[in-house]
Amino acid sequence: MYWNPSAECMEPEKLRELQTKRLIRTIHHVYQNVPYYRNRMQETGVAPGDIRSLEDLALLPFTTKQDLRDNYPYGLFAVPLSEIVRIHASSGTTGKPTVVGYTQRDIQTWAELMARTLTCAGADKNAVIQNAYGYGLFTGGLGVHYGAELIGASVIPISGGNTQRQIMLMKDFGTTMLTCTPSYALYLAEAMAEEGIDPTRDIILKYGVFGAEPWTNGMRREIERKLGIRATDIYGLSEVIGPGVAFECEIQQGLHVNEDHFLPEIIDPATGRVLPDGQEGELVFTTITKEGIPVIRYRTRDLTSLSREACQCGRTHVRMNKVLGRSDDMIIIRGVNVFPTQVESVLVTYTEVEPHYLLVVERVNNLDRLEVWVEMSDRLFSDEVRRVEEIRHRITRELESLLGLSVGVKLVEPKSIERSQGKARRVLDKRTLS
Amino acid sequence: MVRQLSVFLENTKGRLAHMTRVLGEAGVDLLALSIADTTNFGILRAIVDDNEKALASLRAAGYTVNLTEVLAVTVPDRPGGLAEVLETLLEKGVSVEYLYSFVRNPKEYALILFKVDDVAAARSILESRGVRILLQEDLYDLK
Repeated sequence: MYWNPSAECMEPEKLRELQTKRLIRTIHHVYQNVPYYRNRMQETGVAPGDIRSLEDLALLPFTTKQDLRDNYPYGLFAVPLSEIVRIHASSGTTGKPTVVGYTQRDIQTWAELMARTLTCAGADKNAVIQNAYGYGLFTGGLGVHYGAELIGASVIPISGGNTQRQIMLMKDFGTTMLTCTPSYALYLAEAMAEEGIDPTRDIILKYGVFGAEPWTNGMRREIERKLGIRATDIYGLSEVIGPGVAFECEIQQGLHVNEDHFLPEIIDPATGRVLPDGQEGELVFTTITKEGIPVIRYRTRDLTSLSREACQCGRTHVRMNKVLGRSDDMIIIRGVNVFPTQVESVLVTYTEVEPHYLLVVERVNNLDRLEVWVEMSDRLFSDEVRRVEEIRHRITRELESLLGLSVGVKLVEPKSIERSQGKARRVLDKRTLS
Repeated sequence: MVRQLSVFLENTKGRLAHMTRVLGEAGVDLLALSIADTTNFGILRAIVDDNEKALASLRAAGYTVNLTEVLAVTVPDRPGGLAEVLETLLEKGVSVEYLYSFVRNPKEYALILFKVDDVAAARSILESRGVRILLQEDLYDLK
């Protein structure tokens, strides 16, 4: 099912024409209204008039998460705050978050994209959508919410957590679609099994839309089998708009990028060179309709590839493969972005020298768990267990409040964390994504 | 007053054996020993015959080590002997963080090591009550 067939199945020629027009308008918009982009373009020697076709996009400099952070909080906004109706934020590489702002029209665009996603995943106005993505600064909750309302579905804005209540409402309210992270979907399935509930018999759930963390086709089959539903993948990031940048169709061979709003490119993360379709590299996005905070060639650090082969579903928009990994050391835990540097920013206040630490991520009972191993040092050590435990608890609390995530801290002996030549290994991801 | 060696140990198999082997190979003799542990880690506290040698060998082997002042107290070796000493400290408001006993004791006394929050106060309180406090050199005579 399509929400907006004229956009989703637009003739490739017509789509290119529309994209070109929107790209040119966006470049003029940011050149005039965002000093950062104007300066970067002037440094690179590119004038707005040089951008005349989609191929000219490669002339423009990249934008990174660091650029957003350097312009914290509103430096990259292209409209005055009076035009901004919503602000979201995601965690940055240190204490400061990455801030994004939406105009009224951006919110409408986002709702439209989520309406496409949810419709494609099986929802219509009769659907009862239990939205277990977190509501708040995180874009997941409200992103799904507005799309669900636009198609006229009944939304249950339950947000994340509180598993017993999720199960009760799912039964009593007749939920037909579940939206949450894939690991939480599996966790819910197991919690139901423990309560003696058979999801395929006792609840009417039919569809699920899962994203905000990496998952595999193996996990999809497990979710589909355990919950008796069709599970659909969704991709997005707040810097581009939030969930709904790309979504999977029923063919389940990649995610259609909403190309009438975002231009994807794949680049070699080392050289920045644009790679041809089919080749794996870093995904880069340029927004071509966003008003509040347009981004030009934003480097997502997600590794994937693009395919322009015609899709049997009838949609003409380019497909991106499931994200295979990252070109930086960011890890995603329960939908929360975590950078080792964030952990380091807490640990440096406790040690006199460079702290040695390791982020260990495991999936226990289908829930991701982060444990931070910290090597003992003279300043952390005491002959009293109470003192050492106090420090451990203090580090734990500081990490939890910075990351917005529960964290286990384990103190280990000096030199017990593996050292490698050059860059230290900071992450041990034991989640098996088979 | 006596200087105690404290060593951080991970709660994993073989760590204690490895650490004591390092001391053994350095020719360091253990006079008193106690371990406090949690599920994650342990802290070994020891009185040794050569702090410098112990520190150097353990640090070279990668251990986190420090030295702490503790009191080596002679406690009458009879029922209630330790209680009297503890009550004395309690009356004067000195807190005992932990204590443990010596491996070797002379006949009429038990030798107990005290970690207290105020070493100087504890020492003068106990000495005023006629309790003998040992010095580092006194301990070596016990060998």
